[in-house]
Amino acid sequence: MAYTKRFDGRGFDEIRKMEAKVGVIENATGSAYFAFGDTKAIAAVYGPRTLYPQHRQDPTQGVLRCIYDMLSFSVAERKRPGPSRRSVEISMVTEKALIPTLQLKKFPSSVVDVFIMIMEANAGTRTAGINAASLALAHSGVPMLDLVASVSVGKIGNKLCVDLIKEEEDYSENGEKSATDIPVAMLPRFNKFSLLQLDGKISKEEFNTALKMSRDACHKIYEVQKKALLQTYKEK
Amino acid sequence: MKIEELNRDKVFEYIEKGVRIDRRKSFEYRRIVVEEQVVKKAEGSALVKIGSTEVIAGCKLDLVEPYPDSPEEGTLIVTVELLPLSSPEFEPGPPDEQAIELARIVDRGIRESGVIDFKNLWEKGAEKVWGIFLDIYSLNDDGNLIDASALAAVLALKNAVFPKIVEGKVKFGELTSRKLPLNLEVMPLTLTFTKIGNNIIADPSLVEEEVADARLSVAVSLEKGKAVINALQKGGYEAFTLEEINNILENAIKLSSSLRKFTS
Repeated sequence: MAYTKRFDGRGFDEIRKMEAKVGVIENATGSAYFAFGDTKAIAAVYGPRTLYPQHRQDPTQGVLRCIYDMLSFSVAERKRPGPSRRSVEISMVTEKALIPTLQLKKFPSSVVDVFIMIMEANAGTRTAGINAASLALAHSGVPMLDLVASVSVGKIGNKLCVDLIKEEEDYSENGEKSATDIPVAMLPRFNKFSLLQLDGKISKEEFNTALKMSRDACHKIYEVQKKALLQTYKEK
Repeated sequence: MKIEELNRDKVFEYIEKGVRIDRRKSFEYRRIVVEEQVVKKAEGSALVKIGSTEVIAGCKLDLVEPYPDSPEEGTLIVTVELLPLSSPEFEPGPPDEQAIELARIVDRGIRESGVIDFKNLWEKGAEKVWGIFLDIYSLNDDGNLIDASALAAVLALKNAVFPKIVEGKVKFGELTSRKLPLNLEVMPLTLTFTKIGNNIIADPSLVEEEVADARLSVAVSLEKGKAVINALQKGGYEAFTLEEINNILENAIKLSSSLRKFTS
């Protein structure tokens, strides 16, 4: 059995309708909203500010702290409020995805806090979160080498697809799971991957093709991100 | 003062010349020693040493409630504890993000490979299913706890047996000789690589881990004799190019065939 037509009718390398908006939380130093279709994320940046507890301060460079979480009602089956093992892992990989672009040495002994909240989830939440966080960091004025663009690619049945929805992540054939999920994030100017995860079953060759598809998708997302940032400054 | 301040330059200097401080080649693993069924009270167990890194994994079984969306399938829960006795860097307390990430990487490598036949962990008509608990503890951290943990977990599964059931309840401490329903030909393994400067190495020692710029762990298994990738996890503060990723995957697949002999 083959996956011949995507559940939502998109092309196999087509990203869902994206929405990006900068400056959505007044109190934050920087903030942004990013959505892939029904997957919606908000990110707020506070800092650079003093890092407490003091013994965690690094006199040679700043620290980035990321916390990812989801609204309990962002998903079909209520997600109990509070961190879960999954959200701890996502917070960790999100931090690693963003750090390569930050010039931490420019704010020693300080912390930049990034809070990501998923408002609504239909797969790709960590990727939407990273896109929002990246915009929020840029909006905050923290010195960065580049934006970070993130998207998921995967193998659904026998087809390589870009920007998976929940139905695709859960896809199975003959009662067996038949979906491989690959979230990635890139620094588009440098063509380097700062987030790379995978779960499923895929050959080395197919993976290489999927990775190249993700690179092309990230460049498209990059354009959307840049446009959102420019829009804020135009409005000013 | 953390050791990386003192060692970074030396490790870097040597790596640039293509030499690792313990004289290993770039894609050479340290000496691996495995010991199975090391704890009698566990349904399955294994001790794995990679160089001086040592972990112990135990497999415990119990009858549990199935997940609501798969009432006819067994369950798997993987937990990792980074014991304070294994390193001056680990503090007592609940699993921190490093332990959580490690457990989830090991879980994915095993789960996605299909080595466990979950459908055969349920007896037709039974209310409960068999739950597999894989608990991994670090005994000494000299780098690459990920690969040691993944190997120990798979070995613990491999030699695990079902406990006796008396009147529908598990009789703990009494074992049968019935092994778990596994697809052993799949044999999942996880291989970790780190990038130091522009150099990629396999099986980082502690010092190499502490000066690494980025890390990529690759879970490989066999499907009908051909290598497939079941999981990937990038760690560290730097980023990889596409070429570096492909290089790592190629070497992961190559190395997995020699590592696999420890699982026979």
